[in-house]
Amino acid sequence: MNAADLATDGGAGGDVLAVVDHRRGDLRDVSFELITAGSELAEALGGELHLAVVSGDVERFAEELDRPGVAAIHTVTDGEEFDHGVYQQAVEALDADLSPAAIVMPNSVNGLDYAPAVAEALDLPLVTDAVDFSYDGGLSVTREMYGSKVETTVDVAGDRFALTIRGGEWPAAEGTGDAAIEPFDLEIDEAALGARVQGFEEVGGGDVDISEAEVLVSVGRGIEEEENLDLVRDLADALGATLSSSRPIVDNGWLPKNRQVGQSGKVVTPKVYIAVGISGAVQHVAGMKGSETIVAINTDPNAPIFDIADYGIVGDLFDVVPELIEEFEG
Amino acid sequence: MKVLVTVKEVAEVGDDFAIEGTGIAESDLEYDLNEWDDYAVEAGVQLAEADVADEVVAVTIGPERSEETIRMALAKGADRAVRVWDDALTEEFLDVAGKVSLLEAVVAEEEPDLVLSGVQAADDSFGATGVALADRIGFEHAAVVNDLEVAADAGVANVHRELEGGVEELTEVDLPAVLTVQTGLNEPRYASLRGIRQAQRKEIAAKELSDLGLSAEEVASALTLTEMYEPESESDAEMIEGDAGEAAGRLAEVLREKGVGA
Ligand SMILES: Cc1cc2nc3c(=O)[nH]c(=O)nc-3n(C[C@H](O)[C@H](O)[C@H](O)COP(=O)(O)OP(=O)(O)OC[C@H]3O[C@@H](n4cnc5c(N)ncnc54)[C@H](O)[C@@H]3O)c2cc1C
Ligand SMILES: Nc1ncnc2c1ncn2[C@@H]1O[C@H](COP(=O)(O)O)[C@@H](O)[C@H]1O
Repeated sequence: MNAADLATDGGAGGDVLAVVDHRRGDLRDVSFELITAGSELAEALGGELHLAVVSGDVERFAEELDRPGVAAIHTVTDGEEFDHGVYQQAVEALDADLSPAAIVMPNSVNGLDYAPAVAEALDLPLVTDAVDFSYDGGLSVTREMYGSKVETTVDVAGDRFALTIRGGEWPAAEGTGDAAIEPFDLEIDEAALGARVQGFEEVGGGDVDISEAEVLVSVGRGIEEEENLDLVRDLADALGATLSSSRPIVDNGWLPKNRQVGQSGKVVTPKVYIAVGISGAVQHVAGMKGSETIVAINTDPNAPIFDIADYGIVGDLFDVVPELIEEFEG
Repeated sequence: MKVLVTVKEVAEVGDDFAIEGTGIAESDLEYDLNEWDDYAVEAGVQLAEADVADEVVAVTIGPERSEETIRMALAKGADRAVRVWDDALTEEFLDVAGKVSLLEAVVAEEEPDLVLSGVQAADDSFGATGVALADRIGFEHAAVVNDLEVAADAGVANVHRELEGGVEELTEVDLPAVLTVQTGLNEPRYASLRGIRQAQRKEIAAKELSDLGLSAEEVASALTLTEMYEPESESDAEMIEGDAGEAAGRLAEVLREKGVGA
């Protein structure tokens, strides 16, 4: 059976094509979340879930991805690492072959590098960074706005669309399925590949490893000025804790990159994480939500950090932190 | 070479805010230059200062109010600006494709060699406009760029793309290209008094749909915002009450129980 037959087997033409993410030899977690989200969507649309695995060790990846609910896994062998041009050509060719109603991609850094181009090239409405969706004759997507302070529902016109999903919002698919693994012959248009990956670089090494710390005092933009960092340094000292931070502190050059917690920094799981003047943006939370106990000090009662905190103080850090230092230094 | 920088005026909501229908009460919103675009403007201006770029043009899609923000880009060194808006857009929730149509028309007029855009807009965070634009106008692209060197003679940009977990991808991108700029790429300057004065005299060309040869249908959004609400808090956090001293006292108790500071 070839891919096109499978698609028609799906009946209503409501098939879903989900494109998995991998990097340097490993499937990324979001790939398995895409299977869960994708099969939910396929069910709602009355179709089947197809996966696209592009570049790298596709056979091994396909085996790992064979989870219940996956009808077919289309493997494209061209290339080793992510190349947005190859991804785009592969997804467009699979789209032509399968005519799925929906293409689901990850809202990862690589997703950001090809999903909008795919949607644009195929003239599909695009909704990014979905945290939930429902389908009732049309797609309604739940997404956040204003730094996670509000949630919105967005209705999508038309019966074909492209969607990217936020990592960590759907559970990873488990178990073993019986997907058809189908090598897909792609004729790459080499001339259209205008971005060439030269290599990778690890950043953020150095003297401290914040992911080893048992207690972290983590500082965010609420600290306002570089001079004020001494205040949180003193707190960290008083508590015997290590100092870490959100991204803007590192962007400003106030602390080195190895102190940054979050999606593009380090993932930390200390016993106690004290977030001082940090709003709790999704990319920050991705790096610290696994902490055993989370404490947040923030002037804004609506700051999303309080949603994942175990203890919260709505208050000015410049009032609270000195008092806290006092408690420990006596 | 000519650089076009896309710049958005984003709304930020204060600590207290009211939701009215599918939006935030106007009085609870503050407007600012999108953080990511601030870095993109700086990158453009640095290219001009290094004589790589001859002209840096800022473009925004936004109502008259957003002139204040685009003037910030001029004060920081952009040479001139284009502001696209139309009464037909006022009530629209513009989707990515709609914005791309508007920007495409500006690109057709300006013919830039490099478009710098932000990774995401801080308010509705689609994270998509730059890369979608690249596809539409036939430019190469790179998303989430936190290091940039333009070799105009060689016709390429050498970039780092910031991936997850402290890994950067080193990539050579053919020009013309759209790059979406990540924070931390550079150190955005503050507008100097002189810059602010000069900005008053710089041109902001206002364009309507008809000026760009577009119809309202061509930029109509496929997306409709139907609901806005405060997310239900799933948290069972203990909120510690009292003045700073009392709150710190209770928190100290909690921390000691967890073995902190022992
Ligand atoms: C691709 C990508 C990757 C990213 N990776 C990361 C990452 O790895 N790590 C990361 O942190 N971010 C990351 N970000 C950025 C992220 O989106 C946010 O911009 C960032 O986390 C915000 O940092 P913040 O909370 O310190 O600042 P803000 O969001 O500005 O929050 C400051 C907080 O301080 C509070 N405050 C202000 N004054 C006081 C006071 N006196 N006392 C107490 N509280 C006060 C405010 O109420 C506010 O909640 C990434 C973004 C993108 C697009
Ligand atoms: N209304 C707008 N006017 C100008 N540029 C915009 C606008 N909306 C988005 N952009 C650009 O596209 C980037 C990504 O935005 P978004 O895809 O909406 O998250 C922003 O950082 C801007 O550079």
